[in-house]
Amino acid sequence: MANLSVNIGGLELQNPVMTASGTFGYGEEFTPFIDINRLGAYIIKGTTLNPRQGNDYPRMVETPAGMLNAVGLQNKGVDYFIEHIYPRIKDYKSHLIVNVSGANVDDYAETARRLHPLDGVKAIEVNISCPNVKEGGMAFGTTTSGAAAVTKAVREAYPGKTLIVKLSPNVTSIADIARAVEAEGADSVSLINTLMGMSIDVEKRRPHLSTVTGGLSGPAVRPVAVRMVWQVAKAVKIPVVGLGGIMNGRDAIEFMLAGARAIEIGTANFVDPAVTMKVIDYMEDYCQRHGISDINEIVGCI
Amino acid sequence: MKQVKDFIIIDNCKIGEAYCKMRLAPADGSILPEMLPGQFVEVAVETPGVLLRRPISINDVDRQANILTLLVRNAGRGTSALIDMKAGERLNLLLPLGNGFSTEAPAGARLILIGGGVGVAPLLYLGKVLKEKGFEPEFLLGARTVADLLSLDDFKAVGKVHVCTEDGSEGVKGFVTAHPCLSEKATRYYCCGPAPMMKAVAKVARQNGVDCEVSLENMMACGLGACLCCVEKTVKGNVCVCTEGPVFNINELTWE
Ligand SMILES: Cc1cc2nc3c(=O)[nH]c(=O)nc-3n(C[C@H](O)[C@H](O)[C@H](O)COP(=O)(O)OP(=O)(O)OC[C@H]3O[C@@H](n4cnc5c(N)ncnc54)[C@H](O)[C@@H]3O)c2cc1C
Ligand SMILES: Cc1cc2nc3c(=O)[nH]c(=O)nc-3n(C[C@H](O)[C@H](O)[C@H](O)COP(=O)(O)O)c2cc1C
Ligand code: FES
Repeated sequence: MANLSVNIGGLELQNPVMTASGTFGYGEEFTPFIDINRLGAYIIKGTTLNPRQGNDYPRMVETPAGMLNAVGLQNKGVDYFIEHIYPRIKDYKSHLIVNVSGANVDDYAETARRLHPLDGVKAIEVNISCPNVKEGGMAFGTTTSGAAAVTKAVREAYPGKTLIVKLSPNVTSIADIARAVEAEGADSVSLINTLMGMSIDVEKRRPHLSTVTGGLSGPAVRPVAVRMVWQVAKAVKIPVVGLGGIMNGRDAIEFMLAGARAIEIGTANFVDPAVTMKVIDYMEDYCQRHGISDINEIVGCI
Repeated sequence: MKQVKDFIIIDNCKIGEAYCKMRLAPADGSILPEMLPGQFVEVAVETPGVLLRRPISINDVDRQANILTLLVRNAGRGTSALIDMKAGERLNLLLPLGNGFSTEAPAGARLILIGGGVGVAPLLYLGKVLKEKGFEPEFLLGARTVADLLSLDDFKAVGKVHVCTEDGSEGVKGFVTAHPCLSEKATRYYCCGPAPMMKAVAKVARQNGVDCEVSLENMMACGLGACLCCVEKTVKGNVCVCTEGPVFNINELTWE
């Protein structure tokens, strides 16, 4: 059987398949359908320093080959997570990665600092790209200086463990942002977060989402995501994690060919809660069919 | 336990132009999982232009025949594709989801099941379970016009049926809240239908001091409590309708 293990900025994954933050809850929601132990890693809900109620309903609408969401980082805050949720989910064989968001640089750094001592949290993924909260998130991800500032502060607060920075596609040059966070010590970059979009109910003459605009995900964004992964993989030396519209094993391989060392599966979990297992199986099968002994061979071969 | 399962369509009967009643059996011949009245399924609709699963209430469960029934209204691309499906075709369901109605009540309780439009769907199975538990459930069913009153005979087989139509083509003319059966004493109302109707029923329940449960139809993506898209504001803050609902006691909601 081919080697599927990959290394993401010092973190060894048994295979390249991870779950995308905000689409996989805390993992527990999916235990009736999959064996979490088989995942490369599971990235959980966006976590902030203080509790957040999120945006008003309606928060989602289906769009052609995708969906718009405006959840707005609803979560109970990092302390609640550490006390009540972490103990329940820390013991899977696969790696637990926490996705971190903040309204300002200090919030990001403090959240990272509180997660740092937890042995069961193997890495954090810093979301500098959420389009759904007014006061922050994407503001940092859309300028090189903002992205660099957050990365620098989190790097100091989170030394010696794997730091992944999740990039926004809502920029003119994602490669520039990637270089900026690499320079500040990010171990890896993941991309893409959702593309900012909008949809209107023409009968009611009002937007479908309470926030008017929202984040587009699903197959609709895939070609954009593949292109960005390809550009970023050429621009940086750190490993790239690819995501955006991966619905099956074929799509996952496409991202790896474009330069992704690992991949994340998001919206597809809503369509088929067992999709992650099928993607792992597909990778094994793909390697066998193509006579590949190590999946790392195909990364970035385009 | 929640599961993803293939079903075979036993038959799919059109009711008028806009509705269908679809009977399904597990494709692998296995026994149907435990399902509570008020729970729902998420249907994978394999038709171009539909990505996410569609939430549909459990309309009826026939344990003896091992058949699950769904009642579907044409609301768009996904539901119209379901209406066009034929006997023998396969359908993939995620089930059972959500919490369900409470079926405990004092002996002799007067329980009124109030449905509007396709919101009558979950009330049939609820009525059957209540009847099995020794209650005599009554139905109050409302629709715009007589053609939108769905499966009346199924309901009549379970309990007394009161009818309202907005145009007066059948039963009492007007909204369900105008029906005289609500002015008599009752123990609990169960209500499923369009939001304005449920809010109006909730108001009557408060006025009459009657316990009241409503089933919400918020827009859903995952159905599993993972995406937080389906939230409703409650006295406990935003909660997921797909896991903590779809049934709520009106005291939990922040409705006026
Ligand atoms: C818990 C629950 C139980 C339900 N039970 C039933 C049932 O038993 N029978 C039935 O016919 N319908 C039921 N619905 C509503 C049904 O899910 C929607 O009508 C369906 O998802 C619309 O899909 P579509 O592809 O046909 O429409 P689309 O083309 O996606 O949209 C058409 C219109 O339908 C509305 N819509 C889309 N999704 C939903 C939704 N989740 N809830 C309400 N409106 C929606 C949209 O606002 C849009 O205006 C239920 C919904 C929920 C949440
Ligand atoms: C409902 C929903 C909630 C999300 N929440 C988060 C989040 O909290 N943090 C984050 O970094 N990304 C979040 N995302 C973005 C996804 O992780 C992912 O980047 C995006 O959906 C693209 O991948 P996909 O097309 O495979 O879903 C969310 C996406 C969706 C659909
Ligand atoms: S639909 Fe995803 S949490 Fe309810």
